[in-house]
Amino acid sequence: MESLSNRKKVIEQTPMNFWERMYLPAIAKGLSITFRHMFKKKETTFYPEEEREFSKNWRGMHSLKRDEQGRERCTACGLCALSCPAEAITMIAGERKKGEEHLYREEKYAAVYEINMLRCIFCGLCEEACPKEAIYLDGPIVPADYLRKDFIYGKDKLVEEPLK
Amino acid sequence: MELALVIEKIILIVVIFGVSLGIAAYSTLAERKIAAFLQDRVGPHRAGPHGMFQPLADGLKMFLKEEIIPSQSSPILFILGPSLALFTALLGSAVIPFGENIQIGDRLVPLQVTDINVGILYIFGIVSLGVYGIMIGGWASNNKYSLMGAIRAASQNISYEIAMGLSIIALLMVTNTLSLGEIAAQQHAWQWNVIYQPLGFLIFLVCAFAECNRTPFDLPESENELVAGYHTEYSGFKLGAFLFAEYINMFVSSAVMATLYFGGYNYPGMDWVNAMLGPTWGPLVGVAVLFAKILLFIFFFMWVRWTIPRFRYDQLMNLGWKVLIPLAIANIVITGIVITVKELL
Repeated sequence: MESLSNRKKVIEQTPMNFWERMYLPAIAKGLSITFRHMFKKKETTFYPEEEREFSKNWRGMHSLKRDEQGRERCTACGLCALSCPAEAITMIAGERKKGEEHLYREEKYAAVYEINMLRCIFCGLCEEACPKEAIYLDGPIVPADYLRKDFIYGKDKLVEEPLK
Repeated sequence: MELALVIEKIILIVVIFGVSLGIAAYSTLAERKIAAFLQDRVGPHRAGPHGMFQPLADGLKMFLKEEIIPSQSSPILFILGPSLALFTALLGSAVIPFGENIQIGDRLVPLQVTDINVGILYIFGIVSLGVYGIMIGGWASNNKYSLMGAIRAASQNISYEIAMGLSIIALLMVTNTLSLGEIAAQQHAWQWNVIYQPLGFLIFLVCAFAECNRTPFDLPESENELVAGYHTEYSGFKLGAFLFAEYINMFVSSAVMATLYFGGYNYPGMDWVNAMLGPTWGPLVGVAVLFAKILLFIFFFMWVRWTIPRFRYDQLMNLGWKVLIPLAIANIVITGIVITVKELL
């Protein structure tokens, strides 16, 4: 059948001549190519000591943001947990008491906020869903660990450092 | 006098044994390093400076791993397989002349464990025995992949042994002896056999790759089609024995190639060096030269591994039976004609 795109190219394959069927010249050529690679610049980045450059919109570990006055932005609405396709986020809401206004911006806040980093696929949907601009995936690579339970990150690891 | 002979042989055996194991251990590191360099990487570099202690870490890991003997296997054969592979691999270095006779005090010490007059045949016998380790291991595993790998190993080794033997015959017509010690001694200074037998060397080299199950002939353990072939079911130290045997085989075949074709411990200007350094230290330079040649061959083995992809099974058989064997026979005929013409002139 005629191809519609008309981009089909028929490649002529001539039978190999004697020199080519010996394979040895081709092998010598291949060996010289690999040998030259010995002296090329190595591509390795020595990861824990040095990090490669990330693009600006790279998604890493989550962080829960604070507002200008250092109060936690999260109001525990649960939209991030709802939008999460991997069901990595859970939270328990708490009510803000009198005298805690300097800690939490809204009247309701996340008493417990956990992300299971083994479930998370770093899609960034929680970041998009958040109406309070409280969660961003702007951290580093999530570090390796030995136990599964240690991959469930709570507020101690997720919330930003308080303002000084 | 007899006691001195026994002591000297025991020391030599222990040294060669240790050197074989040491070179085999560090070949594993060299393999990974060379693989890395050829692929623009750095390779193992965490254990010690530049990863120098990596073989120790690997060996320790092999020892500490759980040893699994599959319930459906035959346990005696399962253990016999890797033992035989390691045993036969270590036997080969007994007839290799590592240097000229060294004078210690007023004793001449030959740097060869034993100079039997059928040295080459001995090596061939040992190499043929080596395949039994793989076959028994693959068979005892009671696993389809292992059996496939074992069958491939057996047929491959048998096919390539023929071409290897034929290529050696042409060499023997030149040297007129089977003893490796004499063959090495004949290639004094620069009169290396590779000058007289370039085609024979090429055939021998290809066959050595096939006998050692190295890429492009690593069909017995092709990891992507046979899940590691004959050692699929092996773990722990028994797996280590198989892998170790491969590297020792590589060392021995490199030593054999260096001795048969590249002059062994001979090098241009050796008479001058021997006269300068005397009969005690002069031969040691020869030993160093031989080891440099061996290491070059080992490097070549690894270099080829990371350059050429694996053969298909039918291509392997084509190359062995339809190319190498006719070439080897042609080499014998040409060598015979040249020798006869030379004698007539």
